[in-house]
Amino acid sequence: MFTQDVILENVLTCLRDMIPAAGAIGPDSDMVNDLGLESVKMMDLLMKLEDDYDLSIPINILMDVRTPRQLATSLIGYLEKRNGVV
Amino acid sequence: MGLYDKFSRLAAERSSLQALDPSPFGTRIDAVYSSTRGRIGGTDVILAGTNNYLGLTFDEDAIEAARHALAVEGTGTTGSRMANGSYGSHSALESELATFLDRPSVMVFSTGYVANLGIIGTLAGPREVVLLDADCHASIYDACTLGGAEIIRFHHNDAKDLERRMLRLGERAKDALIIVEGIYSMLGDVAPLKEIVDVKRRLGGFLLVDEAHSFGVMGANGRGLAQEQGVEDDVDIILGTFSKSLAAIGGFAAGRSSEMEVLRYASRPYIFTASPSPSVVASVRSALKTIAARPQLREKLWNNAQKLYDGLAELGYSMGPRVSPVVPVMVGSKEQGVNFWRALIEKGVYVNLVLPPATPAGVTLVRCSVSAAHTSVQIDQIIEAFAALRPTLELTA
Repeated sequence: MFTQDVILENVLTCLRDMIPAAGAIGPDSDMVNDLGLESVKMMDLLMKLEDDYDLSIPINILMDVRTPRQLATSLIGYLEKRNGVV
Repeated sequence: MGLYDKFSRLAAERSSLQALDPSPFGTRIDAVYSSTRGRIGGTDVILAGTNNYLGLTFDEDAIEAARHALAVEGTGTTGSRMANGSYGSHSALESELATFLDRPSVMVFSTGYVANLGIIGTLAGPREVVLLDADCHASIYDACTLGGAEIIRFHHNDAKDLERRMLRLGERAKDALIIVEGIYSMLGDVAPLKEIVDVKRRLGGFLLVDEAHSFGVMGANGRGLAQEQGVEDDVDIILGTFSKSLAAIGGFAAGRSSEMEVLRYASRPYIFTASPSPSVVASVRSALKTIAARPQLREKLWNNAQKLYDGLAELGYSMGPRVSPVVPVMVGSKEQGVNFWRALIEKGVYVNLVLPPATPAGVTLVRCSVSAAHTSVQIDQIIEAFAALRPTLELTA
């Protein structure tokens, strides 16, 4: 069972691992402007989530995603659309 | 909000680099003397940062063919392939490429980028899934986005990871597009095509290989990596460009089946742009004949690549994973990279500076591109320039 809170917490953990020097990372941090995450790194983050959850998650869900919270929301939205209620 | 405000971060990052003269981005090459020599500002340089792998940009036959086409067919077609832009020479080039590649169908596009948009962007519609190597060129990502397909990346050159991700897709994997490149443009490494083909045979999917950097460079006849690895029959579409070994501009797609022809009527990037100029088509036809007739060019290219790779490795530089016409050298931080690149020019060597995020794993690198036209003396001069600068990177290389 995936929930937005669980995914959000995992996203934050992954980000802290990826950019340990970034300082405070919160649900509403701007991953590009505040954390300096390049587009490739955003896609790498998504690959890690795919492996963590053993799911296919297309990079299309990253469109318009700026913050960890938006990423969790977008991911939940994709899974619901693809699989029904998650 | 201003029209360009959203680019303020990018502008700030690049402003210091753009102020440099010469600038590593959009470097102005003030004179081109030959396929391997030019001038930047007041400095004569060896051109070691082009994609002119076979050195055919100044090939006399190609120039004469282009000159003749200019005289008899004019400067441009002024139209789409679908309308008035398909001359006999465009069709002849497609036929000659088909023969060269031993494939039934070839479509010619105006650039390599447009070829990827035109083929991948048309095939990879919103209901499709594309599995692409994480290090694929931006044009492939753009093409997938244009088509609206679901894009799943797999780890670079990792066929097992491709398999894992295909298994996750279940039945959808059978119709997925798998996209890889022949030689990868940043590190010069090559796709493990045999292993990828093995996955495809077991799990399904369609395989597209972008041979932009490997066409004319690899394979017994120069057909690319798929020929070199003996898997041509398993590649559904080969994509390529005229702007590297063929020394001009344009692109192509070569289908394993003549069914690909239907894309002439479905591919918007094929239809809604002007076709290549007759002179370009003529020089490409000539260069293709040269590639077929002179395999010694490939031999010279690889000898030069080996010599440069060995020479730089001996100096202790951190290099790409294998000998290749693309010879990347890691040079530390962005600032070190810029300084190193400028110092190379001062020593008479032009290469490409590539900064993250365009590079894999966030490294900064200078990328040398070897040409068959480089003389042994020029390769030595490139190595000498790197040798002179080696102490400046003592702590980071």
